[in-house]
Amino acid sequence: MVDVAFQQNRVQATKAARRRNGLHKALKRKSTVAFLMTLPLILLIAVLVVYPAFYSLHLATLNKSMTKFVGLGNFEFLFKRDTFWLVVKQSCIFAISAVIFKALIGFIVAHFVHNVPANKQRRWRGMLLVPWVIPPAMSTLAWLWLFDPSYSAFNYTLALFGIGPIPWTGDANWARFSVILVNVWYGAPFFMIMYLAALKSVPEQLYEAAAIDGANWWQRIWYVTLPMMRNIIAITTLFSLIVTFANFDIVRILTAGGPLDHTHIFATWAFRVGIEGSDIPLGASVSLFMVPILAVAAIFILRDVSKRGNEA
Amino acid sequence: MSAITVDKAGPTRKVKYGSISRDRAWALRWSYFFLILFAILSLTPPLYMLITSLKSSAEISAATNPWWVYHPTLENYIGLLTSNQFLRFFWNSAWVSIFVVTITMLISVPAAFALARMKFWGSATLATGVFLTYLIPDTLLFIPLFKMFALFGDYTGIQLVNRWYVLLIIYPTLTVPFCTWIMIGYFASIPKELDEAAIIDGASWFQTLTRIFIPVALPGLIAATIFAFTVSWAQFLYPLVFTTSTDQLVLPVGIITTLIKGDVFNWGQIMTGALLGAAPPLIIYAFLMDYYIAGLTAGATKG
Amino acid sequence: MAEVSLRKVVKRYDEVEAVRGIDLDIADHEFVVLVGPSGCGKSTTLRMIAGLEDISDGDITIGGDIVNDVPPKDRDIAMVFQNYALYPHMTVAENMSFGLRLKHYPKAEIKSRVAEAARMLDITDLIDRKPKQLSGGQRQRVAMGRAIVRNPKVFLFDEPLSNLDAKLRVQMRIEIKKVHQKVRTTTVYVTHDQVEAMTLADRVVVMNHGRIEQIGTPNELYHKPATRFVASFIGSPAMNFVPCRLEDVGGRLHVRLTDRLAFPVPPARAARYQAVPRSEKLLLGMRPEHVTEARPHTEPGIEPFDAVLDVTEPMGMETLVYFTLEGTQICGRVNPNAGAQDGAPLRLAVDLNNMHLLNEVTGVVL
Repeated sequence: MVDVAFQQNRVQATKAARRRNGLHKALKRKSTVAFLMTLPLILLIAVLVVYPAFYSLHLATLNKSMTKFVGLGNFEFLFKRDTFWLVVKQSCIFAISAVIFKALIGFIVAHFVHNVPANKQRRWRGMLLVPWVIPPAMSTLAWLWLFDPSYSAFNYTLALFGIGPIPWTGDANWARFSVILVNVWYGAPFFMIMYLAALKSVPEQLYEAAAIDGANWWQRIWYVTLPMMRNIIAITTLFSLIVTFANFDIVRILTAGGPLDHTHIFATWAFRVGIEGSDIPLGASVSLFMVPILAVAAIFILRDVSKRGNEA
Repeated sequence: MSAITVDKAGPTRKVKYGSISRDRAWALRWSYFFLILFAILSLTPPLYMLITSLKSSAEISAATNPWWVYHPTLENYIGLLTSNQFLRFFWNSAWVSIFVVTITMLISVPAAFALARMKFWGSATLATGVFLTYLIPDTLLFIPLFKMFALFGDYTGIQLVNRWYVLLIIYPTLTVPFCTWIMIGYFASIPKELDEAAIIDGASWFQTLTRIFIPVALPGLIAATIFAFTVSWAQFLYPLVFTTSTDQLVLPVGIITTLIKGDVFNWGQIMTGALLGAAPPLIIYAFLMDYYIAGLTAGATKG
Repeated sequence: MAEVSLRKVVKRYDEVEAVRGIDLDIADHEFVVLVGPSGCGKSTTLRMIAGLEDISDGDITIGGDIVNDVPPKDRDIAMVFQNYALYPHMTVAENMSFGLRLKHYPKAEIKSRVAEAARMLDITDLIDRKPKQLSGGQRQRVAMGRAIVRNPKVFLFDEPLSNLDAKLRVQMRIEIKKVHQKVRTTTVYVTHDQVEAMTLADRVVVMNHGRIEQIGTPNELYHKPATRFVASFIGSPAMNFVPCRLEDVGGRLHVRLTDRLAFPVPPARAARYQAVPRSEKLLLGMRPEHVTEARPHTEPGIEPFDAVLDVTEPMGMETLVYFTLEGTQICGRVNPNAGAQDGAPLRLAVDLNNMHLLNEVTGVVL
């Protein structure tokens, strides 16, 4: 009797052990496979994104020849320079005004495209997205040529109406305007495409219901379109804010920061002092000033994107 | 009393109906007017590239009507396409882009599959991390990366700075996070039953990925490929920082550093080079517009 | 071909027990349906048999072998999913042959098996189409074809008909039954639809809250439900339950519903209920078809009473009548010619030969 019970116990025990073992192995295998599949991604992010980001913090605390630890010396130096404050001001003006105009123009154009018959939308959308498709370095060259001091095609055209000549890239304020103009030209199509996708996802019945309730076109936009698109507008705007704030190509090619540093933004100035001026720690310090605003935007995007994911 | 009410209701409804359709017609006319205006603004720079590229240097400096070509010539195109230097830029760009696309896909597709389907410890955090990485701009990292690779060369003797293939290591930081993110989205939209059916049919994880997921998510894969290609082709900052010798340059940097000699701008050749540099993304866009747009809008949805 | 058995199978998700110790033996060739409301653990049980979910405790055997740690592909099973789970990029033939191709079967054999299954399901013409080009019913057939081609030990169906419209569902139900009669493969079928369960199953397993409430043939479940849950889940409209007590009136056992209404219990039933304490709170269970219009010649066990109808629902071959007894709504089925009208009184009769008595607290059928 005792013997039998004992045996039974043992059988049960080995069975349980085998099961746990096997289960454990299976789980281990699946997660091991998954880990191996993500390993290159993890390595890439760790070595080429996360590490340099922290390395940048370290660099910012060194002196120019990178031999001595200077603590916050580079930042103190920056705070005392007028050019730095000029760059801060210009970066904010550049990013905020460019994003506002991109968002507005994108919104308006998206509505126009949405208005035309569906079978013709593809063609218009195709043409209007071209600025976004051309590498910005290449299209900025065309703008540079359009703005050329002696041969400007714009000034030629304006002269026909008796206006001009305008110093597109020669005068500080005109240069700022030009840089923003090119950025709006390049970025507005992205907004247009995002809004168009959002507009298409608003059910037609909502507009019909609003029309029956007596809403005019403006009320339809205010009470139906905008609330339905709020999330996508937020995501697109924040995303564009990051990209615009961190922009390099357009300013670098169009004005290279000139005239007299009056169009420099963080990225171009960091390049100027860090790479061209061979003061890597100072360059790293400059570009680190982008982090706070980027971080805030990123946090809000993440919140909106996961909200959007939950809605879907 | 009741008759009056009916009387009133009748015409009001009619007018209202008429005004709606007339509103629509006007809205349509205005839409077309503004669309034409915006299309002109959008297409002016590329068209101006084309116009200038067909002009000779003499015609450009003669300052005739800039919007018109009086003596069209292909001399700029011939000049560039027979220049070894320019062809070198072009091939450097092509090789970099092709390799980067391949590397990106090899990294992001398996990673996206694992993150979308094989829940493991930390997978949700990693997915969020991927998205955050995508938000980190190149302008934040170019200085520490440059220093890192310079130091790497000093310590190991393997010189990567000023070699075009250093870009193969750096560009994936721009392409992989976004491609992984949108592939997570595409993979997650595949019904769970499909991989369960595959598992019951006897497919391994790898076979589920290659024989079910990749074919089913092919549109996403194409969108991600296009994205990776256009980003690699258009990237300007990293090659400007990392490569300096003319034989190592990629197209955008090459055009800007070699065709602009001091203050002398050879605009005919610059515009030709810019147009040729813009051509590959434009051609891909022309043929695969829907995939291109799908990839563009996919970034805003959670994977 | 194989039998399947579950021994004290438990599934835990963190703290929640989805399946709480299930014992079930499925014989070779048998068609068993797991039925229950959503969240009752039926799908989880099926997925544990398939190997798509790990087993937290207990054992599952297929064909005598414990398969707890065997991966799905080595269990020799085939599964039909609710949304069919056809591979959208493959043709019907490729869908059906995918499993065989993965196992490197010879091409000729794959071809003949696919052709055979396609003929059985009458989808030979569709063999080169993609799933997108098929209707819901055709997709369902392909999903079944994919299972048949494998010639597995066990078929598993996870609510395969719930995506089809009502008409097609009836048709496919018959189709599934025909296929089973032909291939005779052991089948485990999950559904929340009790009609599907009754019509398809050799034996039905009614589940609730992760436990088995009752196992039995469709007729057993209908006529001899073990618990209140089974009694109310099986059959439509559902069984009526009226609070009642037993009492002895003139030496005969009576079931008292209200102060004014009590019925004598038929002798055949009375023996069974004799031991029940008279003070016990009970429920009288009556199926709607046992509450009918009163007929002039009453038979033994059929007791007339008067009711005022609340609502009537003409169904064509019968009329459903609803009335209230002490706050409980009761449904009866009367002849369309019985003159039932909303708000009108009608003399009804209850067939106590088919009555059920339940313990109100435990829900156990006495």
